[in-house]
Amino acid sequence: MSATVGVVTFPGSNCEHDVAAALELLGASARLVWHASDDLRGLDAVVLPGGFAHGDYLRPGAIARFSPVTGAIARFAAEGGPVLGICNGFQVLTEAGLLPGALRRNAGLRFICDTVTCEVASQASVLTAGVPVGTRLRLPINHYEGNYTCDAATLARLEANGQVVLRYVKNPNGSTASIAGVANEAGNVVGCMPHPERASSALLGSEDGLVLLGAFLGACAPSPRRLGQPSASAAR
Amino acid sequence: MNFEVAVEVRGLEGIADPEGQTIERALPALGFAGVRNVRVGKLVRFALEASDEEGARREVEEMCARLLANPVIERASITIAPAP
Repeated sequence: MSATVGVVTFPGSNCEHDVAAALELLGASARLVWHASDDLRGLDAVVLPGGFAHGDYLRPGAIARFSPVTGAIARFAAEGGPVLGICNGFQVLTEAGLLPGALRRNAGLRFICDTVTCEVASQASVLTAGVPVGTRLRLPINHYEGNYTCDAATLARLEANGQVVLRYVKNPNGSTASIAGVANEAGNVVGCMPHPERASSALLGSEDGLVLLGAFLGACAPSPRRLGQPSASAAR
Repeated sequence: MNFEVAVEVRGLEGIADPEGQTIERALPALGFAGVRNVRVGKLVRFALEASDEEGARREVEEMCARLLANPVIERASITIAPAP
């Protein structure tokens, strides 16, 4: 049985169909979930796609934290459900307190639209499980606020726990320790600035993103156990 | 009581502020040679009804901690004045 993945759509999301298409290419079923819904029943995993949720007002992700779906995602994550935030989705997960750190404006104050080389830095996440450390992937980045920032103590903890899952080979945006993707301590919540869904076909310049999305789907054990039982959320 | 509130949000000290650095490099070109430590932030202004100034301040501090600033990268300073 193939996994069913919820692709969250906020007002201003713009990568939800790309993510759904890439997941379907890998044999999964994708279901768009509107941000006003808090019903994640029947889903094996959730992806927060890129875009500009709520216009990125105040700070990227700051308002998306209050969408009903974000509380449901916090509960889903607390139960161990796989959650992936891509680009703006990563920003939403940090603002929601589901991932450590924050994403600031790029060091050069330019919006970057490029394809960059990233290296898998840890297998301890649903995005990189089974992908050998050191694997190099060509992935597109498209962001203005992709400069990952955290304090020294948090960075030391992330490195020690293997929570830095993806690193830029050549730092494009000033990110602390060239971080392109991080996971939570349990490894079931991951955020990354690069867009694996846009590297899903050789015709698009790279199909390296399928390595990550394939690992993510591999980490989804389709099961009825995640039925949205309320539990502690991580709102700050 | 009605209050006028201004919340200034800026990056934590020690975190690079590339916008501030760029402005700092530009000002000497106009002859302003003595400028140092330029920091760029944002200003949020609003009106607030509260029983007294202390209560207003407590409320605004909570707004800052929970929404107006991201404590990982920013800090906020609050100015409160009685509305004229």
